[in-house]
Amino acid sequence: MNKWFKSGSPWIWLSAGGVSISLISVLGLLWLIASRGLSYFWPAELYQFDMVDEKGIATEVIGEIYDRERIPASQLAHLELNLDPEQTSIERLLIKTGNRELVSLDFRWILAPQIITTSTPEKLVVIERRTNGNFYGFIKQLILDGKPVAFSRFDELLERVDNFQEQLDKLQKVDIGAINYQLERLRLKQRKHDLDGTLTSALEEEFRQQSNSLNKEYVQLEEKLMQLRNNIARDALVVTAMNGEEITINFEHILKLSFNNQLSIIDKINVFFGQIIDFVLDDPREANTEGGVFPAIFGTVLMVLLMTVIVSPLGVIAAIYLHEYAGKNALTKLLRIAVINLAGVPSIVYGVFGLGFFVYMVGGSLDQLFYAENLPGPTFGTPGVLWSAITLAILTLPVVIVSTEEGLSRIPASMRHGSLALGATKIETLWRIILPVASPAIMTGIILAIARAAGEVAPLMLVGVVKMAPNLPLDGNFPFLHLDRKFMHLGFHIYDVGFQSPNVEAARPLVYATATLLVTIIVVLNMTAVKIRNNLREKYHALEQ
Amino acid sequence: MAATSIASKSIVSKSIYKSGRYANKRQFKNKLAQWLITLGGISVLFTLVLIFLYLLYVIKPIFASAEIEPIQSIETELSAKVFSIGIDELKELAYFIDGQGLINFYQIEESDFRDVGSKVLSQALLLDDVDNTKLKLLVDGSDKKLLIDNHNRIHLISPEFSASYIGDQRDIIPAITYPLGEESLVIDEQAEPIENIAFAMNDELAVFVAFTKDHRLIKTTFTAEDDFNYDPAYETQYQQISFQEKQVDRILVTPDLAMAFVQSGNKVFVYSLDDEDDVPLKALINPVGTTNMRSSAKELPTKELTSMALLSGGSSILFGNSQGEVTQWFEVATDNGREFKQIRHFEVSNNEAITNIFTEKYRKSFYTITASGEIGLFYTTSEADLWRGNLLGVQPTAFSIAPRADGLLMMKGQNLQLFSVENEHPEVTWQALWQEVWYEGYPEPDYIWQSSSGSDDFEAKFSLVPISFGTLKAAMYAMLFAVPIALSSAIYTAYFMTPALRKKVKPTIEMMEALPTVILGFLAGLWLAPLIENYLPAIVLLLVFLPAATLLTAFSWHKLPEKMKKRLPETLAPIILIPVLILAAYIAFTLSPVLEIHFFGGDIRQFITNDMGINFDQRNALVVGIAMGFAVIPTVFSMAEDAIFSVPKHLTSGSLALGATSWQTLIKVVLLTASPGIFSAVMMGLGRAVGETMIVLMATGNTPILDWSIFQGMRTLAANIAVEMPESEVGSSHYRILFLAAFVLFVFTFVFNTVAEFVRQRLREKYSSL
Repeated sequence: MNKWFKSGSPWIWLSAGGVSISLISVLGLLWLIASRGLSYFWPAELYQFDMVDEKGIATEVIGEIYDRERIPASQLAHLELNLDPEQTSIERLLIKTGNRELVSLDFRWILAPQIITTSTPEKLVVIERRTNGNFYGFIKQLILDGKPVAFSRFDELLERVDNFQEQLDKLQKVDIGAINYQLERLRLKQRKHDLDGTLTSALEEEFRQQSNSLNKEYVQLEEKLMQLRNNIARDALVVTAMNGEEITINFEHILKLSFNNQLSIIDKINVFFGQIIDFVLDDPREANTEGGVFPAIFGTVLMVLLMTVIVSPLGVIAAIYLHEYAGKNALTKLLRIAVINLAGVPSIVYGVFGLGFFVYMVGGSLDQLFYAENLPGPTFGTPGVLWSAITLAILTLPVVIVSTEEGLSRIPASMRHGSLALGATKIETLWRIILPVASPAIMTGIILAIARAAGEVAPLMLVGVVKMAPNLPLDGNFPFLHLDRKFMHLGFHIYDVGFQSPNVEAARPLVYATATLLVTIIVVLNMTAVKIRNNLREKYHALEQ
Repeated sequence: MAATSIASKSIVSKSIYKSGRYANKRQFKNKLAQWLITLGGISVLFTLVLIFLYLLYVIKPIFASAEIEPIQSIETELSAKVFSIGIDELKELAYFIDGQGLINFYQIEESDFRDVGSKVLSQALLLDDVDNTKLKLLVDGSDKKLLIDNHNRIHLISPEFSASYIGDQRDIIPAITYPLGEESLVIDEQAEPIENIAFAMNDELAVFVAFTKDHRLIKTTFTAEDDFNYDPAYETQYQQISFQEKQVDRILVTPDLAMAFVQSGNKVFVYSLDDEDDVPLKALINPVGTTNMRSSAKELPTKELTSMALLSGGSSILFGNSQGEVTQWFEVATDNGREFKQIRHFEVSNNEAITNIFTEKYRKSFYTITASGEIGLFYTTSEADLWRGNLLGVQPTAFSIAPRADGLLMMKGQNLQLFSVENEHPEVTWQALWQEVWYEGYPEPDYIWQSSSGSDDFEAKFSLVPISFGTLKAAMYAMLFAVPIALSSAIYTAYFMTPALRKKVKPTIEMMEALPTVILGFLAGLWLAPLIENYLPAIVLLLVFLPAATLLTAFSWHKLPEKMKKRLPETLAPIILIPVLILAAYIAFTLSPVLEIHFFGGDIRQFITNDMGINFDQRNALVVGIAMGFAVIPTVFSMAEDAIFSVPKHLTSGSLALGATSWQTLIKVVLLTASPGIFSAVMMGLGRAVGETMIVLMATGNTPILDWSIFQGMRTLAANIAVEMPESEVGSSHYRILFLAAFVLFVFTFVFNTVAEFVRQRLREKYSSL
């Protein structure tokens, strides 16, 4: 034993334990996020519990099992549950009961000992709705234009409504949005002329005519909108909730209807993937706590793309300078310290700098110079997607520099010598020989920068992210790309929904799902980058031999 | 590299001479590219310097002291004594009230309609039935003036300004309003002459405290039937206050109508006005008294109380004395109930009496004036001595602070003089940011961060101590968690692990670095925090169980027969340990509720709060430590692993050849050689922990408290910026202090990173020379 201790073996094992803990935590973390996130999409079994509470009153609870935990029996002593005295803990279930219009909370704890029977009736249905969250219950009657009809016609009616709904969305977002946008631009144009002192009465008349015709168009569209709304509201569904309460759900609120307990495994898998696709492509509902995350994905991607456009040339040029041009002097040392520090400065400091310098100083000056007609309303003098992209570009600059420089340093000197010996100038050597060979390293740097930017939230909270953006930064209205607009971001979505939303409990699965999506994107990006880098190393290795 | 560039230069220089224009063009391109690339490279340095300088540029104004400059002086037609002066918000129109009962408005700044110095309006203060020339001004409030007429009745008047626009041009129009109606008001039922009076009013109540010629102190209350803003009708209540002194020098009433201060000689009587039926004496203050006795023993000139004023908000009172000192007093909760205490004092001038103290309406700044016209500007909370000087050479006959506190108006003879005051950030001084400050209403000086509140006259509390402390606390707990795990993993991975396994393990752990911190924060706040709360005993058990399980496994492996050892070599230890550790953790979590029932009365949280008296936050330092520890592990691991791995192999081979065990070699040779690298890894980790925002934001309650307790939360510099920056007004002190917080973070991490980088470069050179 003593000898064993002296050999140092226990210490070696302890340090191995450190590796194990690190591995367990990385993999455990990924597994935790993935399992919680993906289960959000899996169609849950629907339960009906018949219960008797401590006062002897029978109730019925319908819903999904959301969570279960054991609590010490002593905590519930006051309820007089007639338990086995041996039993020290009691199981309780958190049930998602939905039906928010009937009960104020859509979650409810029930105690396992109070449950008399548990069943999974095949006719139980879950209805996903536009407002008030899910509905759980039984179908009673389908009503077509006030007259009851057979339930088998449900799919046909829903499809009809979906059709109208699609038209409605297009009308609201695209057509009416465009008119509003044009009206606003018209107003600004007029104001600009007014400020410049070039507003003649003829011009004014022209503006008035244009705005009149736009307003007329608007009225027409509005009429169409009303018509569509009426069409959509034609049919309804009568359902019974738990405890026999009857309610009518109009078709305009119904998104999806599913008899989860009737689904086979293959059906469930289908539903699972369908749900994932919906999640990625849909707009959020109910203050972001339901629906999809499309605007957040779109905002993240757009911002990251803009950032890439800015950071790639800068980073590559800086790396080339450091590796190919810089001499061994104090300036180079300073530069290296600058790169290290840019990588080490807390991201929130970039946010503060971005807000003060880009948004208020640069943006404010731009507004004074070019967007005076909109003042005092800011155009670029307020957080937006452009400033976010620039701020993150500075933040990720060192990532690109370090990676590119590493790639450059791995290129064998013989390649440079060969090119120069053949009479090429330095820039020709760089452009024709070095950069093409180093391009995978540059790619690696850019991918790592993208991964970093996609996960960064703190600076964006100051320079452009919002919880709910009314318009995407890219749309069909000239000039199509609106760099001044605020945008939504997956990382901020997680923070906002998980911590700022009024109903955190209900939103939690969605947060896990969003987190899964974000982690997947980032892990895939990182693995790609590592893969490219490793391939590159091997290739250079081969070149050197 | 060096060889390459020399080679390239010589070859290129030869090729220039080879052929004519084409070569020139190529050469030009080459030069141009060199310039552009150099520019691009240097722009990185420029960016860092820009960030540094910009932060400084925003911060700088908060440490500037005040500046007062004359901007305008106009000649007026003042013939008699001047009672009061004032100015509008935009500093365009000034007025004075003279002994003739006239109010005169003058243009004092250029406008589109009138020249500077022109008289805009001159009007008798009161209606015809009063002799305007016999009026006396008794209270000169910043917006309401109290006048008394020859029938010993009083009048309240208020000069007002409204802006009207003619096209794009703005015109300021003056007017006089009567807050309590145009009728005169009877303060004393017995109609005795009033010697001294003070008042305060809100929408429903107006309270007057007056001292009459026959030595009665009286309180008169007007209660509006509805609201004074719409209807001046009121009911009156007259009360007499028990008061024995024969003389009253000054009276003040707090704006919340709660207290009256009555100065008689060197004594100040404080009366409570809250009670409807009675006006009890609340306290007796002796602002110069205690020092007086001591100084009389030394036969120094005695101190006299020469002025007093209420600070903005009315919670503090300032006393000026004959020896040029100002003291600030407010009520403090003590063991004997609430008592007035002297909080701080200001040495305003050398032995010259302070004849007047003027306070700003919305901030805790005050001006002092002495008999020789010496003017001082101070701020109480920060104890800032902002400005001193003599603007007029003599004492002004009237003095007024502009409504936005950006100007001073003074009367000297017939001249009305306007001064600009640049005093944007008086509440910030280096001491106020980093030292204990005694805030109004607090029992003692303290470090407090509380940047905003609903009320206008709120005393902002900007102490960076609690949030800097929170930053260090969070970083410390994170490092406590991360460093042991990261370093032991680094040692094992770099020194003991087989290359094949290392190739898989290293990227996996480094993957953690790429995980967005918002996800770590979200898991910490919504998953880990409740988990720790419910299974606290398990967390403590893990501290014992995990090492114990590891050692047990190691010992069992040691006892295994040789054949089995070959099959399951020691190099697989990390893999072997994974299931063991998971099992140990599982046991710890299953035991947790049992322990809780047997030792902690079923609920450990209640046990901690009730039996141990420790506050327990769900989102506490433990949660932050673990979550942020995870964020730091990969940083420390990656760099420490590199440092250990690149220790030259011949060093270890030498040690092993001399008969040392591999553990001895590790401790005595490898770690020693790599120690600078390990140090720089820890520094980098610390830098990351200090600046981390999202995890702390989501995993703590963000309360700025000074407490090391592991069960309490904290607020860090970074989280504070993220929380408050979006709401702070651009250019305000708050905004600039948040920039200062960012600057502190910047400098902090800059030092860490630079030191770490230097150490690393030295190490690299050492390795290469070995």
